[in-house]
Amino acid sequence: MSIFMVLVIVMAIATAGYFIGRQRAVSKEGGNVKPHSLPHYHGWWVFLASALPAVLFIAVWAAATGVYLERSAIAELPTRTADTVIASQSLELGMVSGIARGLDRLSDAERANLPQTFAELQPLLASKGVALATEGQDYMIPIAVEWNRNTAWASSVGGIVAIVLALAGAVFGLSGVNVRARARNNVERIILGALIAASGIAILTTIGIILSMLFQTITFFQSVSPSTFFFGTVWDPRFAAAGSGGSQGQFGLVPLLAGTLYIAFVAMLFAVPVGLFAAIYMAEYASRSVRSVVKPLLEVLAGIPTIVYGFFALVTVGPFLRDLSAALSGGYAFIQAQSVLTAGIVMGVMLIPFVSSLSDDIITAVPGSLRDGSLGLGSTKSETIRRVVLPAALPGIVGALLLTASRAIGETMIVVLAAGVAANLNINPFEAMTTITVKIVNQLTGDLEFNSPQTLVAFALGLTLFFITLAMNIFALYIVRKYREQYE
Amino acid sequence: MTDIALNPAAPASARPARRDIGLKRRYAAERRFKLYGITAIAIGLFFLVALMYSVFSNGYTAFWQTEVNLAINLDPKIIDPDNKRATDPNVLLTANYPILARNALAEKLGVPTTNKPAMRELGKLFSEGVRGQLRELVVANPSLIGTTQSVWVLTGADIDSAFKGQIDLTVDQTRRKVSDQQVEWMNKLKGEGAMSQRFNTGLFTYGASSRPETSGLGVALIGSLYMMLIVLCLSLPIGVAASIYLEEYAKKSRLTDIIEVNINNLAAVPSIVFGLLGLAVFINFFHMPRSASLVGGMVLTLMTLPTIIIATRAALRAVPPSIRAAALGVGASKTQMVFHHVLPLAAPGILTGTIIGLAHALGETAPLLLIGMVAFVANAPVTPLDPSTALPVQIYMWANEAERAFVERTSGAIIVLLIFLAVMNITAIILRRRFERRW
Amino acid sequence: MNLMTERNLEKAVNDKMSAQGNAIKMQGKDVTVHYGDKQALFGVSLDVPEKMVTALIGPSGCGKSTFLRSLNRMNDTIEGCKVGGLLTLDDEDIYNPKIDVVELRARVGMVFQKPNPFPKSIFENVAYGPRIHGLAKNRQQLDEIVEKSLRRASLFEEVKDRLHEAGTGLSGGQQQRLCIARAIAVSPEVILMDEPCSALDPIATAKVEELIDELRENYTIVIVTHSMQQAARVSQRTAMFHLGNLVEVGDTEMMFTSPTEKRTQDYITGRFG
Repeated sequence: MSIFMVLVIVMAIATAGYFIGRQRAVSKEGGNVKPHSLPHYHGWWVFLASALPAVLFIAVWAAATGVYLERSAIAELPTRTADTVIASQSLELGMVSGIARGLDRLSDAERANLPQTFAELQPLLASKGVALATEGQDYMIPIAVEWNRNTAWASSVGGIVAIVLALAGAVFGLSGVNVRARARNNVERIILGALIAASGIAILTTIGIILSMLFQTITFFQSVSPSTFFFGTVWDPRFAAAGSGGSQGQFGLVPLLAGTLYIAFVAMLFAVPVGLFAAIYMAEYASRSVRSVVKPLLEVLAGIPTIVYGFFALVTVGPFLRDLSAALSGGYAFIQAQSVLTAGIVMGVMLIPFVSSLSDDIITAVPGSLRDGSLGLGSTKSETIRRVVLPAALPGIVGALLLTASRAIGETMIVVLAAGVAANLNINPFEAMTTITVKIVNQLTGDLEFNSPQTLVAFALGLTLFFITLAMNIFALYIVRKYREQYE
Repeated sequence: MTDIALNPAAPASARPARRDIGLKRRYAAERRFKLYGITAIAIGLFFLVALMYSVFSNGYTAFWQTEVNLAINLDPKIIDPDNKRATDPNVLLTANYPILARNALAEKLGVPTTNKPAMRELGKLFSEGVRGQLRELVVANPSLIGTTQSVWVLTGADIDSAFKGQIDLTVDQTRRKVSDQQVEWMNKLKGEGAMSQRFNTGLFTYGASSRPETSGLGVALIGSLYMMLIVLCLSLPIGVAASIYLEEYAKKSRLTDIIEVNINNLAAVPSIVFGLLGLAVFINFFHMPRSASLVGGMVLTLMTLPTIIIATRAALRAVPPSIRAAALGVGASKTQMVFHHVLPLAAPGILTGTIIGLAHALGETAPLLLIGMVAFVANAPVTPLDPSTALPVQIYMWANEAERAFVERTSGAIIVLLIFLAVMNITAIILRRRFERRW
Repeated sequence: MNLMTERNLEKAVNDKMSAQGNAIKMQGKDVTVHYGDKQALFGVSLDVPEKMVTALIGPSGCGKSTFLRSLNRMNDTIEGCKVGGLLTLDDEDIYNPKIDVVELRARVGMVFQKPNPFPKSIFENVAYGPRIHGLAKNRQQLDEIVEKSLRRASLFEEVKDRLHEAGTGLSGGQQQRLCIARAIAVSPEVILMDEPCSALDPIATAKVEELIDELRENYTIVIVTHSMQQAARVSQRTAMFHLGNLVEVGDTEMMFTSPTEKRTQDYITGRFG
């Protein structure tokens, strides 16, 4: 019995419960007593009483049996020795489950005379659409067969229990149908529970982010010491062969952090004046018609995916700067196509709309009475802006700039395509540097082995990035919030 | 400090001497300041135009592909030299179809098939994709064998570039990718009308390929579609439910404060961090398949959720309290009030926010790289569990290819992506204009 | 209360003196104001005599604030606002393109309905005007201007120990007096006040009114007010507006004792408004 089948049956029972419940509620009306809830609330209460426990049970059962089956399969695998062919246990397990999946698709006749060697089995399964790696071993076949048998057993037991639960729930719900029964309150309580659960997902996500990265980072720090990670000035993870004692890999954060901050700095250097002045002009000078055209156009810049900016940097800005520098110096291109400058400028363009729309909001939030006060004294518009509006808006703008900076630090696609991959530690903006995000992508694309430091370092980098941006965001949101209160 | 300044006591008839309040200097500053603002806006708009120009000028040609019309003789001696096709189905699958196309082309251009070097040059004129094209034709209808069929076949990527004028033909032929001989043939075919640009349907149907002319966005489009559906189905109900709780039910407490700060923070967490989360939790912990659009969709859901929650809460807050009071006043329960009155009134705002959130998710690349969507997937995924790529990821992969033809394809793919985004955003704007209500 | 009656008596004496008639400082002839398609003022002609307090009264939305804001062209800041007719300051058309609006506002200062001190220190608030206009040659002069202005606004004694604290930290009445000091610091010829006491409590109001009375010695003042009593207390001339028209103008005493127009009478006796 597949999970899907069980779900269909449970839903059918619950739906039937809905109609019967509603019917019963209708039939009980008509006396002198005013019914507490409308009939369809009784229907829904029966539906929920029947479906909810059953579905929850199915979810828990599926997860639990999954873990149990995996455990028992691992227990049956031969002890790992130095000359085990397959690189890791998880790979081994993956193959067993692959075989099991393939066996599932065989007909009864084929299953009756199952080939006992993997070499024979592989083409048979391949013909059923399950392609398996060639390193499969003969001993996996009985384990897979056993696995399938256990799965079938577990799912039938689980299915029966779920259906019984659904029926029991329906009966319970129906027995409670009564003129004065508070079906609506029951239903609403469940709805509220669902609403609370939904808002819990936001917290769960944060916890998930922190925990998942923390665990991998702790594993990483078991092979590489935190001090060499945080203070190392060389990034060269290639030589860190896992477990081949002695040669520690070089996982220095410093060049990556320097590159990240440098590029973000160049981007801010470009974006802040442009975005701020654009915002000032739009908030204080532009007529409504100009504003209604220019503002959406600038916001288009914010809607363009970062990969497009990356491509723009790669094929247009980078080569342009290189050719420009070659023309200026008479042949020698002192600006590399992939450089801090290229990435910084293009990232700056991406940030313009962030700076401008955030600052625009903040500038327009400055009360008009302050402007009137200043203009009434005979100051020019620019004097009013520079001496009254901007100082009043300053905390909010600082918050907005912090938010923008945190976006610059976490930006990935532009730097992946435009900044280069060489982990240099230099101060020349015309040369390539790399960033934390680039290295996370580098370390995690391609084949992964979850217990090598080369993979795990990405999580340590991610955690570092997360905390840097988190600190900036919290601080920025705090400032912005505080600022908003000031004028409310 | 002079007394005169504070004492405009002189009679009005004898006007006070005009004070010098530095007007000239101050107006110069005013003009400068205004100029800075205009310059800043000009810079922003300049880059918008430059970016769009760069993409469109590089990319619009990608929607046409050069093809050559050949009268191909489906010669049974070449397709099935041993005449075993009745018994062995593999014969038709493995036959040497490119030879057929080459011979047809040689005949058309009057090149003797015995001229080996010329034939080799000739063979590079059309794409290797002709193998699959003819195979499909023959396998679908084996009775065509022995007949002569008029078929449009793709040219090679270099010929395509040359035909579109993207290769500088004035440089010496050893330093470019098409030979003079090929150019001569190309021009001849063009003159006869046998070679021309046709609408590039392959761009939307082909999967990954190492040859530019046979690589397309097919897999990426399906993958992105699956992901968008998953994001929509998960993030909209969860986001709306969470917003309703926070906005309508939750009392202000330490916990709701934490949730609030949390959501604002999640909206600002770098997207790549969500990729790490997906990799560690969904793939490493729950053993979900790598490269699957299901995982991609779930990661993007977590990323989009804060955006939708923030938009939904704003929409709920915009519904005036008087509506709530009216509903409660006629005896509706709080839940009835929310679902019967507040939610329908907030729906346009919620929908707008959702579409904008989806548009963001559609363009997001970084987290998808980490969960293995950078994959060479040639066959269209059937379910969300099959390996696939996504539109922006495909752009990333093509951007890393060096060939000119791939630059064209990348730009073409970006145009497709931008059109999708534009449609989504315009829909959102229209929705907002149409249903916006001022209370 | 005792103080108030005393002041009223004194004022009555003053009024008699002013009835001799001062020179005309500002003049409006057939002034019209449009906000977009809506007309707010329909041909108002009004003289503002020098060194007197002219009160503009009338029910809400009657155009009195609009007229006031036309006098130093604060209406320019509102999009779609058009002013027609003639408005002069010392016989010069202030809407003449040759007239500089910045200079005009330096001569015709304004105090607003709600106290709007800048989020800066008390000192900086007052020093702002002299600074932007370059009225002080050095720090010492600036200090003097600030002190004198604060003294004239009867605020100096209250804030002299905390000149460098935020102006927003003062009480409402102090804030409004700070705004008046800020306006005085520029040494304007005319001060426009747009319901300067509407956000203040009675005690603060009394202080500000007292201040207005003192300022009359050196400045021409135009004040918009909602309160009949206030107009009676502080002004020598009163102009009554209704629906964008000037109903009646004359000596305050006359207006309140024997108005010629029925509408004025009704308004003063509280029949509408």
